[in-house]
Amino acid sequence: MAAHQSYEDQKKLVFYGLKLLAVVTIVEVVFALFAKGHIVPSITFGKDGGFGQALYMMAMIGASLYKAYFIVFFFMHMAHEVRGLVLSVLLPMLLLVWAIIAFFQEGGRWGSAREQIRQKNEEVVQPAPAAKPTGYWLNGTMKG
Amino acid sequence: MAETSVSHAHETHGHGTEGGNPWDGGKEPMKASYGKLMMWYFLVSDAFTFAGFLIAYGAIRFSMPTWPEPDFVFASFPFVKAHWPLVFVTFMTFVLIFSSVTMVRAVQEGHRENKRGVVFWMFLTILGGATFLGSQAYEWTTLIKYENVTVNRNPFGRFVADGVMVDENGKEIMANGSPVTVKKDESYLLHGHEHNGVIELEKKYVRYTSGPYAGQTHQVEEGPKAFGALFFFITGFHGFHVFSGVVFLTIIMVNAMSGLYSARKNGYEMVEKIGLYWHFVDLVWVFVFLVFYLL
Repeated sequence: MAAHQSYEDQKKLVFYGLKLLAVVTIVEVVFALFAKGHIVPSITFGKDGGFGQALYMMAMIGASLYKAYFIVFFFMHMAHEVRGLVLSVLLPMLLLVWAIIAFFQEGGRWGSAREQIRQKNEEVVQPAPAAKPTGYWLNGTMKG
Repeated sequence: MAETSVSHAHETHGHGTEGGNPWDGGKEPMKASYGKLMMWYFLVSDAFTFAGFLIAYGAIRFSMPTWPEPDFVFASFPFVKAHWPLVFVTFMTFVLIFSSVTMVRAVQEGHRENKRGVVFWMFLTILGGATFLGSQAYEWTTLIKYENVTVNRNPFGRFVADGVMVDENGKEIMANGSPVTVKKDESYLLHGHEHNGVIELEKKYVRYTSGPYAGQTHQVEEGPKAFGALFFFITGFHGFHVFSGVVFLTIIMVNAMSGLYSARKNGYEMVEKIGLYWHFVDLVWVFVFLVFYLL
């Protein structure tokens, strides 16, 4: 527990944390610039949309989750709390897994709906010959 | 597990006079004070709020055929007329990391009942928070005043296909004797100028040479409008958290200076609670940074 660590050990942990967060952040940014063609112009797998971009995104998400883990467990002392407190804070976060799956699926659906509307708007339709009205008139409006 | 059974035994014996009824009080559930527990659960709820916003950003981004490129949009740096992608936001990230570290030091000095140490490290933390807010003000000013991004206008976009730039009559624009070409996914910024008090974006035209519009001439339009609203709303909500944090840190630092917390003899627990909040603000920035600037 934190209270049982010596003061010197605690100070060491702080500077270890500073180094760790700084190094992970720098690696993230340099890798982002590399993957998006800012260091070697011909390398752009980070924004090409294919498998390369998926890997790039997963690496970035992984690095960020690691930073988050470190902040929560060591800077916020979650590592020294009792199990019940840790679980009551972390387990609800699992709900977000479904939220991400569901809303990204939904976003993709909005995208395909938009695309369909765009295509329909641009469709050129031959005007049909005027058909003889076959409905009936009600209150001045054609029905049927 | 061994620890838990020991503490149970301790509880029944230690509080025998109170009848061992947990509702009699005196025992802290999960060995954390009421204030600390409530701070943790407030942070849980706040995490859901931020997660909701960031997931909304992702869902809307997925629904758009193109989306502005972060390393093109966020490339300005104070006093430098250069295109330095992501450098300034990396600086902002470091400011928050440093202020998180100084906050941990303040909490540690509090455990040792060292008033001077608490005040010193809290002061540095406040300085970090204020620097972050100033940096965010610079970032917002650049976007709003010079690049004309607002909650309902977004001059940053990307071409959906290859093409050549043309003028309003469809004549190719030449530069150094050859036509100006654009590539699919290439980023653009439509510059704006003020006309009768209203910002008007420049009119540019592109004749696509590939994709579904091949052969057609289109006006270069604004990028997805939702980008501006999402950016200002989410980073603004985070900035508001930083601002509230700076206010509360200042109040608690002044209280610590006055000797209020040393009189309580509880290891400066109030500093520990505001510390939890402050680390959470840094934690949220990790994900804002990921979603807005890295992906």
